[in-house]
Amino acid sequence: MLRTQAFSFRRTLLRTYATASSPNALVFLEHRQGVIDSGSLSALTAAGQLGGQVTGLVLGGSDEVKVIIETAKKLQGLSSVLHSSSPQYTIPLPETVSPLLEKLLSEGSPFTHVISAHSSLAKSILPRVAAKLDVPAVSDITSVEHDASSNSTTFTRPIYAGNAISTVRAPSSIPIKFFTVRSTAFSPAEFSEGAEAELKTLDPVQVSDSPSEHVSTSLTKSDRPELGVASRIVSGGRALKNAETFQSTLYPLADILGAAVGASRAAVDAGYADNSLQVGQTGKVVAPELYMALGISGAIQHLAGMKDSKLIVAVNKDPDAPIFQVADVGLVADLYEVVPELIEKLKR
Amino acid sequence: MRPSAARLLNILVPIKRAVDYSVKIRVNPQQTGIDLNVKHSMNPFDEIAVEEAVRIRERLKDAVKSIKVVTIGPSKSAETLRTALAMGADSAIHVEIPDSAPPPEPLGIAKALRAVIERQKEGVDLVILGKQAIDDDAGQTGQMLAGLMGWAQATFASKVEVNTADKVANVTREIDGGLEELKCQLPLVVTTDLRLNEPRYASLPNIMKAKKKPIEKLSATDLGVDLTPRLETLKVTEPPKRVGGGKVENVDELIAKLKEAGITAVKA
Repeated sequence: MLRTQAFSFRRTLLRTYATASSPNALVFLEHRQGVIDSGSLSALTAAGQLGGQVTGLVLGGSDEVKVIIETAKKLQGLSSVLHSSSPQYTIPLPETVSPLLEKLLSEGSPFTHVISAHSSLAKSILPRVAAKLDVPAVSDITSVEHDASSNSTTFTRPIYAGNAISTVRAPSSIPIKFFTVRSTAFSPAEFSEGAEAELKTLDPVQVSDSPSEHVSTSLTKSDRPELGVASRIVSGGRALKNAETFQSTLYPLADILGAAVGASRAAVDAGYADNSLQVGQTGKVVAPELYMALGISGAIQHLAGMKDSKLIVAVNKDPDAPIFQVADVGLVADLYEVVPELIEKLKR
Repeated sequence: MRPSAARLLNILVPIKRAVDYSVKIRVNPQQTGIDLNVKHSMNPFDEIAVEEAVRIRERLKDAVKSIKVVTIGPSKSAETLRTALAMGADSAIHVEIPDSAPPPEPLGIAKALRAVIERQKEGVDLVILGKQAIDDDAGQTGQMLAGLMGWAQATFASKVEVNTADKVANVTREIDGGLEELKCQLPLVVTTDLRLNEPRYASLPNIMKAKKKPIEKLSATDLGVDLTPRLETLKVTEPPKRVGGGKVENVDELIAKLKEAGITAVKA
């Protein structure tokens, strides 16, 4: 009983400090092959908008972490970088990474917000950790605003496949506010030579009896820009007939424009394209300068993934296809005639 | 430990009644939510979850002891449970919440599911959920449940192979940029991605049979959980409308529009 009292007293004290000071955000920085993911850089921008301190968290194998922290400390807006390396973090699994996050964020933690990109890895880890700490999480936010006086944070996020926008507030009763960030809604944080975030080592938490182990990973290789971050995208739908036509029609156009290739769910399900190319509610959400939709009718699930693109160009035989309602430039024509002509005339 | 039953799988499939995916939704004038007087059906990812449970039984036969479906929702969610029973689940649990209650959050649902699991005398070996519900698009419940239970989790699964003898499952997951395979010990929480399977339609005889299958009714109080949302929804609004720019007649006009926007070829 005595112990409990002492404990809650300490907690009250901490709370007072927490309200007196500004937000203290922890951003989970993901990386691949020595490069920080651009989605994480957008998450960092969102974290900066809270108006307080921002700390980065880098996990990985020791060689990777050494490289990443040298880059990470140059990131604008980061006050410090926590890093932890362990063979178990080389391929992070929720079961092996969560214990470290739980330890870092449990009683006495200075952090008020935990932020990541809305990536497949973070989507797997963050809710698991939030549940352990008994706090809700907010997914895929498109804006964030923190009110220091009431210690509440307000977010907007798309719901119903982007057909409605919900504004939600995490009140002060939620001690740590977890959220994932829609990367297309925030510009990536930049690197600056002058910046020098403080580096702090964090002891890894060894999980000796992880119930999951990694067997293999197979990544789709591509020389083209990555779909999630490309500034131009050429995307194909069911009208592309088969995998060969999909490639022979779209790839030359994508190459001329320096664009990434995307696909509708119909094209992916029919086996024309790999599922990592899928744009839509259940695939990637993109917002490039140019989105060219070829032979895509424009189901709401697809529109949810691309309607924030700056310029949408649609080519479709069906004049009533819903894609024309969002397209800035629409052409009713057979894509098999349009694409070669387009390539020819763009070359000039 | 359960000496002989240990090799028999008990599968639990949590499902959600959501606005049908084909409905074009409308925000209500009070901006408190969307107009819900529209067609509802089972969340599409949950249909895939039910289908997977049934397929696991078809593959493993008697090794699957039970497939239970559970929903936490208003009275009408019972229809969704019937659909799942018609697809091949054995029995159902309906944690009924008042029709007027605000929709619970993933954390509340995960706690309710934990309480449901703890009530199962024979235990639960495998929980299969959809990767996200298409109404709130949160995508958290499965991971939260795995965290609360301290179980293995395999999210965004596109292939699941259960080995009952060793009590493990090999799961292929869809990750950014490709696929990943994991070997997970049971008990395990799996969340389904679209490509896991193609859900079946319930046949008329199965729909009739489903009417006789048991649905256990529970309340949040029975489970000792509080489903009150902790996040406050301030308002729900329409997204900014995109103005379609109209159509062009030919490729030349299309290229002119591209040039206007500063988009030209990067290589000749």
